[in-house]
Amino acid sequence: MSDVQTTLAHQFEDPDQQHEAASLGMWAFLITEIMFFGGLFAAYTVYRIQYPAAFVTASHLLDYKLGAVNTAVLICSSLTMALAVRAAQLGQRRNLIVFLILTMTLGTTFLGIKAAEYTHKFHERLIPGPNFTPNVSPNREAQLFFLLYYSMTGLHALHMVIGIGVLTWLLVRAVRGHFSHEYYSPVEMSGLYWHFVDIVWIYLFPLLYLVR
Amino acid sequence: MSSPVKLPGQHYLNAAYGIKSWLLTTDHKRIAWLYLASITLFFFVGGFFAVLIRLELMTPQGDLVEAETYNKLFTMHGLFMIFFFLIPSIPAVLGNFLVPMMIGAPDLAFPRLNLASWYIYIAGATLALVAAVTGGVDTGWTFYTPYSSIYSNTNVVLAALGIFITGFSSILTGINFIVTIHKMRAPGLTWFRLPLFIWAHYATSIIMVLGTPVLAVTIVLVAIERIFRIGFFDPALGGDPVLFQHLFWFYSHPAVYIMILPGMGVISELVTCFSRKRIFGYSFVAFSSLAIAVVGFLVWGHHMFVSSQSVYASMIFSILSFVVAVPSAIKVFNWTATLYKGSISLQTPMLYALGFIGLFTIGGMTGLALAALGLDVHVHDTYFVVAHFHYIMVGGMVMAYLGGLHFWWPKMTGRMYPEWWGRLSALIIFVGFNLAFFPQFLLGYLGMPRRYHAYPEEFQVLNVMSSAGASILGIGYLIPMIYFIWSMRYGAQAGPNPWQAKGLEWQTPSPPPTENFPITPVVTEDAYAYSQEEAAVV
Amino acid sequence: MAHQVVPPKVYLMIFATLLLLTLVTLDVAFFNLGILNTPIALTIASVKATLVILYFMHVRYAPRLTWVFAGAGFIWLVILLAFTLSDYYSRHWLPLPTGWTSSR
Repeated sequence: MSDVQTTLAHQFEDPDQQHEAASLGMWAFLITEIMFFGGLFAAYTVYRIQYPAAFVTASHLLDYKLGAVNTAVLICSSLTMALAVRAAQLGQRRNLIVFLILTMTLGTTFLGIKAAEYTHKFHERLIPGPNFTPNVSPNREAQLFFLLYYSMTGLHALHMVIGIGVLTWLLVRAVRGHFSHEYYSPVEMSGLYWHFVDIVWIYLFPLLYLVR
Repeated sequence: MSSPVKLPGQHYLNAAYGIKSWLLTTDHKRIAWLYLASITLFFFVGGFFAVLIRLELMTPQGDLVEAETYNKLFTMHGLFMIFFFLIPSIPAVLGNFLVPMMIGAPDLAFPRLNLASWYIYIAGATLALVAAVTGGVDTGWTFYTPYSSIYSNTNVVLAALGIFITGFSSILTGINFIVTIHKMRAPGLTWFRLPLFIWAHYATSIIMVLGTPVLAVTIVLVAIERIFRIGFFDPALGGDPVLFQHLFWFYSHPAVYIMILPGMGVISELVTCFSRKRIFGYSFVAFSSLAIAVVGFLVWGHHMFVSSQSVYASMIFSILSFVVAVPSAIKVFNWTATLYKGSISLQTPMLYALGFIGLFTIGGMTGLALAALGLDVHVHDTYFVVAHFHYIMVGGMVMAYLGGLHFWWPKMTGRMYPEWWGRLSALIIFVGFNLAFFPQFLLGYLGMPRRYHAYPEEFQVLNVMSSAGASILGIGYLIPMIYFIWSMRYGAQAGPNPWQAKGLEWQTPSPPPTENFPITPVVTEDAYAYSQEEAAVV
Repeated sequence: MAHQVVPPKVYLMIFATLLLLTLVTLDVAFFNLGILNTPIALTIASVKATLVILYFMHVRYAPRLTWVFAGAGFIWLVILLAFTLSDYYSRHWLPLPTGWTSSR
């Protein structure tokens, strides 16, 4: 029980209250995240409705296979994250460490593929601005598409980077044995965040790569 | 006042000494003081720009400052007052201090997050200050594109970054309040026993959490467009400047309710206490806060009636703007019904509360005029609009803030402010405010546009009246600041409950101990269980 | 702490469904269904998101309050989109005054 006492903050009556507060706070934070991406989704919707043809043309310039592979990678990482939370709930320190490392590896894979995509686009001069490749026919509107593409995937990638950072912190704490079946809130809350980032990608994939 | 009382020996103010004990504190009461000090600073920064604006408008010619300088003055006045004073004012100072105390909790749910949100606020405010002193911003506080994103030559990115960062402070405060109100209530304190101050802050937090991120991402888009010269809102690139206005007002209209809802919460507390009556229609007042928070998100288009928004969308937004007036009207009705046959005592906080009710009503009614599609086209971007929102924000929110500050000052410091000076300055503020802003309704109706540094001669009389009123208002704001500081040392000792008020925060010593309540209180009755018999005591 | 521990079998089933739905999304994208393509893609994405929320994020086992919170974010997103689009969709319902030309 000494574990519980050291991890109970002074303002709470008992661990249950602390856990519920953390969970509710995390959900409230995820709401702000939904609205944060929401502004970009609104911009996307408005421009896609205004320039449907340009979005089809521009979307064809993205490699949907890489997008699909990345979708699969992220879904895998969501599974390993869920299993990591489960391991934490059961107090299985070894499993927790293994699944955290797996999740981080998959997250890094995702970012690696993303970086390769960006590099490729860079070489094709698919960067909005005065030097945008002249080969795309509704040039102006295609630039808008790519601006949305970079903003949305960039913001998503930033969330992935932060997520991997959080997982690193969890890993260190897990190795040091900070978690037990009575105290695993940080793992669970980070899991919620990780799954949320996955959900954003679930929408980004068809909206960006599969405009036909 | 009752018999002399002693300050408690040990309380949150003397629990620790030194700069570090303040800058690293996680005590919500001390964080409230950090906010109080910083927003007061920014109130005077914003006020400084207001002084220059009113000086310029004393004469019809643009003789004090250039047009470009004037543009910067009103932009930075709006920017500092809105983002760095009004939005954090009641939630971050009074809310921070009182939310845990009113629900019988030892602190907010996430004390370190609370401290972090103050630092984030300071970081954002510092950037905005740097933007102000290194050349300023001239886009208007609304940052309309494409002017802000392409044409303006001023510090738009820096100021926008400041607002972006401060937005997160607001979000974190909102999350903290929501979780605290859900999970930290004392035993027996059911939702319908909560003080209406808490309901108001809950509704405010909903808006902070749901609205602020949209503003944040919009600001990022403007910054991208400005820095890389490629853009979302640039019509030359197929972008749509009106999209910016949609995204901006999706937050910034509800933000008006971030500014006024906590004030309404304060007024509910003051009106009941100083008329010794239960609030009339508790659940209506409580739910009207939530209704304002929700419906407030559906009306943003009424800022865009003349921005090439579709007429049909404007009609919907216009009708919904009338709908959002209903919950506000319910509140005003219930406050006046609470006053009816109450035993009213006109202490300083009550003077502010009465001022609020009157001025907010004028502000709200003129808001209905502006929500009417046809009339708005006539008075759009005139001083009528300026007068309208100052009646809401200064006549409403600042009155409520000062009323609340006077009411809870004894709780925060353990000492009373001088009552005579309090009443005097409340009256000065009321007179000064009306003199400053009522003429602006007339100016606007006569057709004087906002945001110009020069105007036709026939508007001079009303403008001079306005500037005179603003000077009186300024004096009215300085007096409380002086006597508040004075009272921290020399004020009479207040005792735990100088107003004989109900509510958990009055059941603990003033100033309270660090843990707020020596033992967790148990609540057995509804809020505002006032009875008229006790009235004689005050 | 009494918290629901979900058996790995459930996780694996959800995981398989998610992968399957990703394949379906890809498949559907290459049939020309006219204006239906995007709604179908978004519906599948929403089903996937719901599965993640309900099982991976444990909302299915969570108190009602969590449901409200999770729902609120999406409802507000719909508000943002719906009211913004109400403008864009109805802009061209009224004919332009004489002497003006539309940019499109």
